[in-house]
Amino acid sequence: MKIAVCIKRGPDMETRFKIAASGKAVDEAGLKYDLSDFDGYAVETALQLNEKQGPGETVVISLGPDVVQEQLRKALSMGADRAVQLKSDSVPVDGLAIARALAAELQSGGYDLILFGRQAVDSANATVGPMTAELLNLPCATAVSTLDIANGRATARRELEGAAEVVEFALPAVVTVDEGMPRARYPSLKGIMAARKKPLEVKAAQLGEERLTLEKMELPPERAAGRIVGEGPGAVPELVRLLHTEAKVL
Amino acid sequence: MANTFAMAESRGGALRRVALEAVSAARALADASGGGEVHALLAGAPGIASLAPELGKYGADVVIVVEHAGLANANSEVLAATAAVRIRSGGYRAAVFSSSAQGRDLAPRVAAKLGVAMAADVTSFELAGDALVVRHPAYAGKVIATLRLTGTPAILTLRPGARAAVESAKAARVESAQPAIDPASSRVVVKEMIAGGSAKLDIGDAPVIVSGGRGLKSAENFKLVEDLAAAFGNAAVGATRAVTDDGWRPHSDQIGQTGRQVSPDLYVACGISGAIQHIAGMRNSRTIVAINKDKDAPIFKVADYGIVGDVLEVLPVLTAAVKQARSQG
Ligand SMILES: Cc1cc2nc3c(=O)[nH]c(=O)nc-3n(C[C@H](O)[C@H](O)[C@H](O)COP(=O)(O)OP(=O)(O)OC[C@H]3O[C@@H](n4cnc5c(N)ncnc54)[C@H](O)[C@@H]3O)c2cc1C
Ligand SMILES: Nc1ncnc2c1ncn2[C@@H]1O[C@H](COP(=O)(O)O)[C@@H](O)[C@H]1O
Repeated sequence: MKIAVCIKRGPDMETRFKIAASGKAVDEAGLKYDLSDFDGYAVETALQLNEKQGPGETVVISLGPDVVQEQLRKALSMGADRAVQLKSDSVPVDGLAIARALAAELQSGGYDLILFGRQAVDSANATVGPMTAELLNLPCATAVSTLDIANGRATARRELEGAAEVVEFALPAVVTVDEGMPRARYPSLKGIMAARKKPLEVKAAQLGEERLTLEKMELPPERAAGRIVGEGPGAVPELVRLLHTEAKVL
Repeated sequence: MANTFAMAESRGGALRRVALEAVSAARALADASGGGEVHALLAGAPGIASLAPELGKYGADVVIVVEHAGLANANSEVLAATAAVRIRSGGYRAAVFSSSAQGRDLAPRVAAKLGVAMAADVTSFELAGDALVVRHPAYAGKVIATLRLTGTPAILTLRPGARAAVESAKAARVESAQPAIDPASSRVVVKEMIAGGSAKLDIGDAPVIVSGGRGLKSAENFKLVEDLAAAFGNAAVGATRAVTDDGWRPHSDQIGQTGRQVSPDLYVACGISGAIQHIAGMRNSRTIVAINKDKDAPIFKVADYGIVGDVLEVLPVLTAAVKQARSQG
């Protein structure tokens, strides 16, 4: 199958974030970057599908400034065949602008399957996948936890709150990858060497008008420091008293 | 003055709580823009119209009812097309969806069809002249972004529980409408609906959540978590990803960045370390209690009350004490 995977560069979430002096971004000093978690799963999904069902091609696409080439190279070193950078000065917050540029690139690619992460680690919007599907007029299943493909048809499970559904659709289609799908493999040394020679094409991103813009970024208010009520079962009466009289939840 | 659109989400012929939150938020937006009407779209199998008065109670002036045998399960292709047609012709200032599994699937498609601005997972909003300004937790909830949506209609999905539904009774007029495309022609077909434990309170709705982590040691020991939830009477059981990965609890119980985001009145974290991905899903709980044998566990940094101890010993005692407290009213 010819599979495209859209990947976003994102920082490691374990960090203690600081806001940059502009008030409009996180301070990038000292941040470590990787593929957005679910985008890593999506790359893995594509590689496994093509390994099992081969022959095929896995193309990874990322929109952003030149630093995203790092993540594109990583996906190549995992085993993707080629990469496309849709170059822009920065990554817009407007998901529809991103979707427009991705759709323009994907339009004539002849892909059987287009994979996205369910949501990016930084924006956490979960919008770019279904928006791109709509712009391409393709069937779309979001937040998929299992995916089986046979004879040009896909069966996927989607987790809903407290329930799940199994959906079926024909390819070509767009799928956004959630928890449950395979975790990203670590690139092998051989993979890293091979990636250096794989094609990485750079094109200008066709973003169009941006109607969602960032006003400011701030850290959420800290939760007031709590207290240790006590140790072991002996602390239970005091806890229950506090829940009753102070927190008023009992 | 401008009208506002709301998507009223239902499942299995019943309204979801997020439907009332969406209608109530749309009411607030309409009022803020000088008193326009709220038009709520309610779609489902025949009979769904009976839910319209409930939407009126929360501020809907008009309920657009779309009844079709093919809509017993939510179908995003059909719902997106139907909502888009209505929103395009309705001249709305804004359209409110829910940041639920269903709403997250639906709203971006509508925004793309209409080519308008959309903000996801919004916790608060205000009108600012021609624009809509919203707050959106990003970076696993570690950063709050304030975003501006330019142009109308502005589309947003509202984080469940971020804004309580408030009653604001209107005698909702009912209009019936047809699906914009035939459900039978949908390219994505729901083959099976796997209902969660129906008797159980959903973790999105429960005022109290008792949540367990790897500190419980085994699937069997979750009985202790269930017992405490039962003692509260209005509690649901949640879990960490470590636990759902191990198959001790179903994936649907997972709370956190990649699970559900919850904001109950009380969250009891039992044997949970407090990884950032878990905290991203529960930090907005009103009161947080943590029980952990490690006094340095990060969960104590977000907890209001902590007990340092063995959860297997503390839970039975706590369950008994909660039972007793509740029986005393
Ligand atoms: C991309 C990604 C997404 C993720 N999404 C989520 C998510 O949505 N939700 C989520 O929860 N996690 C998520 N995680 C995983 C997260 O990083 C942690 O691994 C997980 O939350 C840890 O679960 P835990 O607290 O149950 O286990 P542990 O971290 O192993 O903690 C167990 C705790 O129990 C305590 N303990 C042990 N024995 C006892 C005892 N007898 N009595 C009392 N305390 C005891 C220990 O002191 C420890 O603090 C995600 C990770 C990644 C990489
Ligand atoms: N700049 C980008 N370049 C490529 N893919 C992207 C980009 N932004 C978002 N995506 C894809 O869209 C998914 C959802 O992103 P979001 O809607 O921002 O949460 C991500 O997991 C990626 O698969």
